Amino acid sequence: MSEIINVQNLVKKYDNNFTAVKNLNLKIRQGEIIALLGPNGAGKTTLISTICGLSSITSGLIKVNGLDVIKDYRKTRELIGLVPQELALEPFEKVINSVKFSRRLFGKKDDNEYIEKLLTKLQLYDKKNNIIKSLSGGMKRRVMIAKALSHNPQILFLDEPTAGVDVELRKDMWSIIKELKNEGVTIILTTHYIEEAEMIADRIGIINHGELLLIEEKKELIKRMSVKTLKVKLKKTLDIIPTKLKKYNLKLIDEGKSFLYYYNTGKERTGITSLLSDMNKIGINLFDIQTEETSLEEIFVKIIKE
Amino acid sequence: MNIRGIHAIYRYEMNRSFRTLIQSLVSPVLSTILYFIVFGAAIGSRMDNISNVSYGAFIVPGLIMLTVQMQSVNNASFGIYFPKFIGTTYELLSAPLSFVEIVIGYVGAATTKAFSIGLIILCTSYLFVDLDIKYPFFMLCFLLITCMTFSLLGFIIGIVSDNFEQLNIVPMLIITPLVFLGGSFYTIDMLPPFWQNFALLNPIVYLISGFRWSFFGVGDVPIFTSIIFMLIFTSICISIIWYIFKTGYKIKN
Repeated sequence: MSEIINVQNLVKKYDNNFTAVKNLNLKIRQGEIIALLGPNGAGKTTLISTICGLSSITSGLIKVNGLDVIKDYRKTRELIGLVPQELALEPFEKVINSVKFSRRLFGKKDDNEYIEKLLTKLQLYDKKNNIIKSLSGGMKRRVMIAKALSHNPQILFLDEPTAGVDVELRKDMWSIIKELKNEGVTIILTTHYIEEAEMIADRIGIINHGELLLIEEKKELIKRMSVKTLKVKLKKTLDIIPTKLKKYNLKLIDEGKSFLYYYNTGKERTGITSLLSDMNKIGINLFDIQTEETSLEEIFVKIIKE
Repeated sequence: MNIRGIHAIYRYEMNRSFRTLIQSLVSPVLSTILYFIVFGAAIGSRMDNISNVSYGAFIVPGLIMLTVQMQSVNNASFGIYFPKFIGTTYELLSAPLSFVEIVIGYVGAATTKAFSIGLIILCTSYLFVDLDIKYPFFMLCFLLITCMTFSLLGFIIGIVSDNFEQLNIVPMLIITPLVFLGGSFYTIDMLPPFWQNFALLNPIVYLISGFRWSFFGVGDVPIFTSIIFMLIFTSICISIIWYIFKTGYKIKN
């Protein structure tokens, strides 16, 4: 996949001297879904704002489709759709007029067929003549997405799209996002919900204190960072871990009825076979075994703490 | 140039006025009619002619100026402040629009609204007084430039304001007194000598005088002084807006 966004050495410093983004480098590939995770105030929204033109850049360079977002702002902005975090809509306007207004701002001719298709896809068609004020929070969120997509952007920024949204609507949003990806739209979303990133992202970036701590393929990240836990239930209770098994760093639990063994799936050998073999040699019989995997949330917390 | 983008803003702003037609149009016209009744008919009938013009006709340019200046400021300031207040400026900033195009959209709409109201008041005034406009083309140009300049001023106020109170402070506490004391209802030479000189410090005097000159061929100050003053005032407003957009003051983070 070719690269559609390239952020080079981006620094964003506010007037009060607070540096929200510190020398950040990021490359986003065309057609991917990238989730930016990070705690509040990490710099996620500031990063998006600088790419979209809402915030000025202190230093560094941002290129969209090979074009500078400052020098060639007209061309780069035409490629981008933005759904901000807050529900910012003109309350007294009709849904359809609001969406058409957004399209016109981008210098595009009216295209009623496209707008109606878009509203249908976002389950807004029946509400197209409703005043925005009368819509529910979830519907307003959909209107925000419709506005962002009104000019056929190739890139869509979603700043916490499912914040404060119920589970059902969140799942609807995910399917909308996946559908957009299938249509070739590059999607960059920020979220607090690790589950969201786990469900829909191709790559995950973790931002904290204005720095990009990592960016990696989701599957690779989980594989590399995840530690699996093997819980072995024993037929007979153990008082202490036998000397021959000490090298496995086992942890006795349940008053000696079970122990835990931690292993990394990313390594060539997990050590499970040799553990079971050594147990057999010294006559420890197992009753049951089960495994647990580290979630992305635990990985996220670990990286942020580090 | 993003003509469709400019048109989108312009149309959106005009539609907003049509949604609130009573507040946008009926209210200022009604207020002016009341001024005509009180100052033109009731009090004016007991007043002497000024520069060979009946008092009722004399106050027409002043009343038009009074209304269009207030309307320009109010329309333009609210036009840009409301998106700031509800957070929709992100749409403007993330669209392929230059700052000049954004200003043209908002100021153009505010100017159109104020100019239309000015013309409606002018037409209404014919119901109350006999009026003969000496320089109609100049009058229209002067009215248009006044509407545009005060719309630029309103745009600045809308950008700078952080809340509705601040939005109203300048129009209420500065512009309204200046307009009332700017010769809408009298000529400067009707004031005592000290106040005549003091009145010349009021920038609105030059605008009302220039506009009145286009009606009757007479004004408080020479017409060229009015024109030069108008150009200076317009230039100052444009310079401030240019600075605001160049630095992103109160617009960009």
